[in-house]
Amino acid sequence: MKLTSKLIGSTAAATVAGLLSATGAMADGHAVSACLITKTDINPFFVKMKEGATAKAEELGISLQSYAGKVDGDHETQVQAIETCVASGAKGILLTASDTKAIVPVVEAARAEGVLVIALDTPLEPISAADATFATDNFEAGRLIGAWAAATLGDAAADAKIAMLDLNESQPSVGVLRDQGFLTGFGIDVKDVSKWGDEDDPRIVGNDVTSGNEEGGRKAMENLLLKDPDINVVYTINEPSAAGAYETLKSFGKEEGVLIVSVDGGCPGVKDVEAGVIGATSQQYPLLMASLGIEAIAAWAKDGTKPENTPGLDFFNTGVSLVTGEAVDGVPSIGIAEGLDRCWG
Amino acid sequence: MADNFEAELDSSDTSVAEFEGHRSLLDKFQHFLHANPAMVPVIILAVSIVGFGLVAGERFFSPFTLGLIMQQVAIVGILACAQTLVILTAGIDLSVGAVMVLSYVVMGNLGVTYGMPAGFAIIIGILVGMACGMLNGVLVTRLKLPPFIVTLGSWRIFLASVFLYTGSQSIRSQDIDAEAPALKFFGGKVTFIDDLIGFNANITYGVVLMLVIFLVFWYLLTNTAWGRAVYAVGDDKDAAELAGIRSDRILVSVYVVAGFICGIAAWAAIGRVGSVSPSSFQEANLESIAAVVIGGTSLFGGRGAILGSLFGALIVGVFAAGLRLAGADPQWVLFASGCLIILAVSIDQWIRRVSV
Repeated sequence: MKLTSKLIGSTAAATVAGLLSATGAMADGHAVSACLITKTDINPFFVKMKEGATAKAEELGISLQSYAGKVDGDHETQVQAIETCVASGAKGILLTASDTKAIVPVVEAARAEGVLVIALDTPLEPISAADATFATDNFEAGRLIGAWAAATLGDAAADAKIAMLDLNESQPSVGVLRDQGFLTGFGIDVKDVSKWGDEDDPRIVGNDVTSGNEEGGRKAMENLLLKDPDINVVYTINEPSAAGAYETLKSFGKEEGVLIVSVDGGCPGVKDVEAGVIGATSQQYPLLMASLGIEAIAAWAKDGTKPENTPGLDFFNTGVSLVTGEAVDGVPSIGIAEGLDRCWG
Repeated sequence: MADNFEAELDSSDTSVAEFEGHRSLLDKFQHFLHANPAMVPVIILAVSIVGFGLVAGERFFSPFTLGLIMQQVAIVGILACAQTLVILTAGIDLSVGAVMVLSYVVMGNLGVTYGMPAGFAIIIGILVGMACGMLNGVLVTRLKLPPFIVTLGSWRIFLASVFLYTGSQSIRSQDIDAEAPALKFFGGKVTFIDDLIGFNANITYGVVLMLVIFLVFWYLLTNTAWGRAVYAVGDDKDAAELAGIRSDRILVSVYVVAGFICGIAAWAAIGRVGSVSPSSFQEANLESIAAVVIGGTSLFGGRGAILGSLFGALIVGVFAAGLRLAGADPQWVLFASGCLIILAVSIDQWIRRVSV
């Protein structure tokens, strides 16, 4: 009993001391503090995000705390991170949520305390649960590579044989948006835009899943080539799966005359564009997402301005560029050198 | 009086007690399978090849397709060999896939990034695999923890090590070609038949490696003292110890050998995938367990044939390719592989209930 009360006493004392020192620090420097919470800190995409946030925070004199889940899907650590941020008096939180639904109540509690919460890269469900979402327009990313492939083929696009290498069976939104964007850009009726695989255009040989890695890309490409050896256009969910698909084509002696398109714009992926493995890839900008996020928090701290959405979208589009060595008319693109300059990872 | 009372016996019925009635064809089949459990996966494999041949047509029967299925199952097949050893000891190894990935990222990093001669890089990678197996084995025997718990933990530890070590960055195929092409040795292939659908039928060295590994371990399990001891420890550890087998040593050796096989699989996986990919093979552990179970090895230890796991892996491959060729969506392939596992175990249970 005595021990318990002693413990409570000392904890309370520590909390008070902590609060005092925190207030002291704020009074001293009028420093705005912000938090960056990512899914993990091992994925190159999030590493780049952290770089962007850190650099911008330094520039604006904001003190930045970074947190990350242990693995992708580690929801509990993210909840604790948000609670810690709110307790520490942060003005804003940049968040890439691992569990986009389950995190919502915690986010709402933070916003009720006057903290600006911006979802980066991954929208929450519902998207309105955050003050703003800074993300890549994945549908547009897909549309660009689809339009590029169609323009590159020219008249041959009318009887193309297309392999669709998707993410996984559960059809997460990022995979659906890129897939349906690609088909739209290519000029194919997508039927229900909220799922892939329901199209009946004879040019689509089939869909298969890759888990977004090289091994999956290799196997999926093999499966689809089995169905039709004459495939000449390959859509891939990301660049590692594109690299796997290329290995399959190479082992069948089919690497010439097949267009592979992809999305991401990571450095190994852009190098694959340079090497002719991938024809074109849509590049996204994690660094920009984070630095714009820090700017938005600074504005919020200054005069309470909230960031606005890109017209026509329910989020702020941080931009996507088509990277290719062979530009085509009507599809804006950047060259390989610029792509390498702006790549992440 | 010399009455020969026993003379009467000669005229008595000499037959012994037996069951009445003759066995049905199904009973005979059940008895045959009970006596030859390894035949179950062979029969399933044969039936599924014929079945899919009928559904998907001549394209399925082509040497190209059958060669491709072998390539697709090679890595999981090799891992299933390691998994079989562990399961025969009544254990389970959830970490095989992660051990393999850890081994090959070490090989790739040393061979490509640091420019070490490929031979050394491969040997060190295999040693890393064996060290992982050793860790599992020591935790199972010294701390007496259940293998499921040990490998559930070590799986995550190895996987996290992979991500921390590589930053989740793949090593590109072109960079391997430039720096250490020997890492991709098992991706090399022999072409043996021109094919009717426009592709040549290929057998990669990786497929040959899988077959060799299965034959070697089939020999070791059936013809050496070590092999008999593995079965004995899995069947009844206490009885094995009473018979003079030092079961802890056998268990550690099994985990180390499993780690060694994972290391070999790692080398083959670089050839198969073409690049060194930290994010690949996330489900290889479960796929290897599926192959072993479909192959008829009992999860309770001491019973099963290692060649069954080879057929188990092939059955999964035939189903996946057959369904895809027949036009099924990937979701249905996943669904079918689940049904296959339950079917295989049900058949196994039915055979065990045989009345002798």
